[in-house]
Amino acid sequence: MDAADDLIPLDPAYKSMLRLQLAITGLVLLVPTTIAEIAIPGWTGAVWIPALLVIAYALIRVPLRRYHASSYSLVEERLRVVRGIFFRADTVVPFGRVQHIDVGQGPLERAFGLATLTVHTAGTHNASVSLPGLRHADAIAMREDIRAAIRRDTR
Amino acid sequence: MNQTPDTIPRRTDPRTFAVRTVGLLSQLVLPLVVGGFALLDDGDFDDAIVYFLPFVLVAVGANILFAYLRWSRLTYTVSDADIRVESGVLSRAARSVPYERIQDVSLEQKVVPRLFGLVEVKFETGAGGGEDLKLAYLRENEGERLRELVRSRRGRIAVAASDTDTDEAENDVDARLLYAMSRKRVLTFGLFEFSLAVVAVVAGLAQQLEFLLPFEVWDWRAWRERLTGPGQWLAGLGFLAQIVGGVLAVASLLLVGVVTGVVRTVLREWGFRLERTDKGLRRRRGLLTRTDLVMPVHRVQALRIGTGIVRRLFGWHSLKLVSLASDSGSANHEAVPFAQMDEIAPVVAETGFELPGGTQEWSRAAPAYRIDGFLLGLAAMAALSIGLFVADRAAFAILPILLGGGWFGLHEYLRWRWDRYAIGPGQLYARHGWFAPSLTIASREKLQSVEIVRNPLARLRGYADVHFGLAGGRLRMRGVALDEARHIRDAVVDSMAQQDFSDIVDQQLPAA
Repeated sequence: MDAADDLIPLDPAYKSMLRLQLAITGLVLLVPTTIAEIAIPGWTGAVWIPALLVIAYALIRVPLRRYHASSYSLVEERLRVVRGIFFRADTVVPFGRVQHIDVGQGPLERAFGLATLTVHTAGTHNASVSLPGLRHADAIAMREDIRAAIRRDTR
Repeated sequence: MNQTPDTIPRRTDPRTFAVRTVGLLSQLVLPLVVGGFALLDDGDFDDAIVYFLPFVLVAVGANILFAYLRWSRLTYTVSDADIRVESGVLSRAARSVPYERIQDVSLEQKVVPRLFGLVEVKFETGAGGGEDLKLAYLRENEGERLRELVRSRRGRIAVAASDTDTDEAENDVDARLLYAMSRKRVLTFGLFEFSLAVVAVVAGLAQQLEFLLPFEVWDWRAWRERLTGPGQWLAGLGFLAQIVGGVLAVASLLLVGVVTGVVRTVLREWGFRLERTDKGLRRRRGLLTRTDLVMPVHRVQALRIGTGIVRRLFGWHSLKLVSLASDSGSANHEAVPFAQMDEIAPVVAETGFELPGGTQEWSRAAPAYRIDGFLLGLAAMAALSIGLFVADRAAFAILPILLGGGWFGLHEYLRWRWDRYAIGPGQLYARHGWFAPSLTIASREKLQSVEIVRNPLARLRGYADVHFGLAGGRLRMRGVALDEARHIRDAVVDSMAQQDFSDIVDQQLPAA
């Protein structure tokens, strides 16, 4: 169960979505930078250039790292979610412990046809485990799988 | 089990109204006394009372009228499928709680209702945020009747669904005493409940309100002056008298701490009885406010055995039950507050759990984890030392790194020695802390999720934290070697997969 090969990567569109998300944040960040740049006499670029470098790094590297940091698997009626760049968390929830399931779509996620699957357990710690960056149809299929497993168990 | 639910809306006991009035009047007494004093100061009391009295009467009357309306508009209905409560004078609210969702019914008696023979009935649903349904106040036997009704309803659902005729004959009360506290035990417990916080508060108050005291607490000379009366010879001793004064001040504070601990404990634990009934563990305790709580055994998710710094030396331990209902906060599921281990063992056996046996193999955290903890602490202390050195306090610069470093070293070493975990055939054990160690015993089957977490340092050094999803509590093992963490995770997930959630919580099947 520890072999990395049975883990499924997220949908590649997740990278594009993260990039768009960061681009929007970057644009917002550019506003005060530009004001500061205008306030400093002469076009020195002292604020602009570092800010642009940071944004460029964020746009190129961060989505890739976040994309590669997350993966999941659904074998043996267990949902396994691996997340986190610095703090790696590897969570396993057996289907039999799932209380209810959410499939959520934010506006950006909808534009890219993505969804976030969240399963809720009765545990105080890890009461909900969420997995972003799934194709919407996949998320729905996963929800149906989990739900079917719960139905079968309780019958 | 032959109680048939009635579908007529009922009101709470009319004497509720009397209890509320008593509460209301006692709330009004203080303002009245204060007001009375203010009037007496003015002098012409007779005139003032003529103007003052009607207002008081109107206020009291309006409150009593409102209390009456509230009482008359609150009804509860015990129907086939649920308990329904309708309430509200101007805006009406109706709440229905299905029997399947009621985890337990607890009865509580405060002082005034107790005089009238009334109880407050609380239906625990496990809903967070104190959203439980309450009925205040009912007659004692009506409370008992509701409790029995809910239990038999729940029992019938379980029996009907699982087709096993188990507790048909057991319904009569055959309570078996598991643990009780004698008066002496309660007092001993009280002595150990000495509260340093209370001492601090009293010391603070003594300083704040010293104008109320006839002398200055912290002034040694004042103590000496006071001592000159009865013990003239002390005054001649000078310096010694100052020491005696100081000791007296500290001793009086300690006495306050001890007395507070004893009084609080006696109020809470008086007449403590833990019994095994057919529905679970029944706990009754309290001197003025008597509480009666049943903790269903199959709902217990884990056990926690704790102790204290001092009481540990005398072998005193406590046993708490971690259960689904303990999420709601008010339900403190302390099964045995203060006992020796050989008294706790039978209670543990009764909950279906086992204490770790002598042959149980225990593991410690990876040494790398403790060494990293020590190095991080040392680094922080070194930074402080350098800061002091730069700020021209070279003489003190050595202190943080020496004392702090020593403390961190000792702490991490002791934690490494004392913090242990083990995985048994059906249970997990986690022992935590060296000052006042606690032991958590969790059933492998009753966990909700397993998570392995690693920070950058942990990934570099090959250890991990394992967090377990436990309903109503937390359970984690820190600094476990990575291979072992994975082994534990796989073993636990395998045993979790053998049972569905509804089996472990209810041992009954929802009508799907």
